[in-house]
Amino acid sequence: MTELVEPVAPADRAGANAPRWCDRCGDEAATGAHSACVAARVLEPPRYCARCRRRMKVQVLPVGWSAVCVEHGEIRG
Amino acid sequence: MPEILDQARAQVLGDGVGLDEAGVLAVLNLPDEHLPAALQLAHEVRMRWCGPEVEVEGIVSLKTGGCPEDCHFCSQSGLFTSPVRSVWLDIPSLVEAAKQTAKTGATEFCIVAAVRGPDARLMKQMREGVAAIRAEVDIQVAASLGMLTQEQVDELVEMGVHRYNHNLETCRSYFPNVVTTHSWEERWETLRMVRESGMEVCCGGILGLGETVEQRAEFAAQLAELDPHEVPLNFLNPRPGTPLGDRPVVEGKDALRAIAAFRLAMPRTILRYAGGREITLGDLGTREGLLGGINAVIVGNYLTTLGRPATDDLKLLDDLKMPVKALSATL
Repeated sequence: MTELVEPVAPADRAGANAPRWCDRCGDEAATGAHSACVAARVLEPPRYCARCRRRMKVQVLPVGWSAVCVEHGEIRG
Repeated sequence: MPEILDQARAQVLGDGVGLDEAGVLAVLNLPDEHLPAALQLAHEVRMRWCGPEVEVEGIVSLKTGGCPEDCHFCSQSGLFTSPVRSVWLDIPSLVEAAKQTAKTGATEFCIVAAVRGPDARLMKQMREGVAAIRAEVDIQVAASLGMLTQEQVDELVEMGVHRYNHNLETCRSYFPNVVTTHSWEERWETLRMVRESGMEVCCGGILGLGETVEQRAEFAAQLAELDPHEVPLNFLNPRPGTPLGDRPVVEGKDALRAIAAFRLAMPRTILRYAGGREITLGDLGTREGLLGGINAVIVGNYLTTLGRPATDDLKLLDDLKMPVKALSATL
């Protein structure tokens, strides 16, 4: 069973709720700028769970996408 | 006016005979100041030999990732360190994706799987999925499942799949630099069987894999020899973890030159904007391509990456007064 959780809003990326991991490259979000990742994410779904760094199972659909972390559930965009 | 464009005006626009490899190369080598004229001519060719309609298609990945092949551009190969994980789409979600696609006005829905070729499980999933779509959604179903046996070709025809996509990806001389786990000739053999079956042949490739301009012209000539019903034109979107992950994207003007050149090589084919256009050309380039020989688009998302919203493309078509091809026109 998956839990539907809210994706991390871009505005939260640099704030107190900033995720520990970059959801595109899987590196620590606080290390490096990740500006290229942020730019790329406009046209890409997330690949890593921002909470635990696990690779997610991602299904891209004609409209939208879903990404499932085995630990933290599903997010959709 | 460059001589090649005068020649193309008479030969391609006038007689409907595509340029040969040397002619395509001459177009690809045109200086920037002649690019607008090349695009204008390609647009006239498209309008004369194909008409103003634009074929709209959506695609979806039925089986993502874990592919045993090593296509160097592909994030779905299990041989690279790509973050893409293996995942299967269930039938209800597949049908819902087809419905979403149909709502955009699309007449084509292509089901894609990242495989060398389909196994029994995938063929069963296809049989059930195509039947469910045909029962609930008014749309033409196409498929892209890698290399096929004759039995599988026959089975897809029985299912009602009307078009089969199998890209050659690049020209014959450059293919071994891009794929080592199978050959260009193996792909050609699948295309031969598909054509003989009566299914429409959809075959294109990706520009920006490191091929030379000469090899780009070679590719256009080889596609013209195949004479596919549809040619999807992709531009490399370098994917992290793949051998081509650090390659630069194709420069916008080179992409537009290629669109014009491929149209002048294949005046009657459906020339479709496919993946990578957002990154290579952006919004402005999408418009220029549609006014430079393109007469089909993939709308919405791709297989592992996202596209611009379908509504943006549909509004652009409306602005350009290019009608979306109706389903009745494809039957």
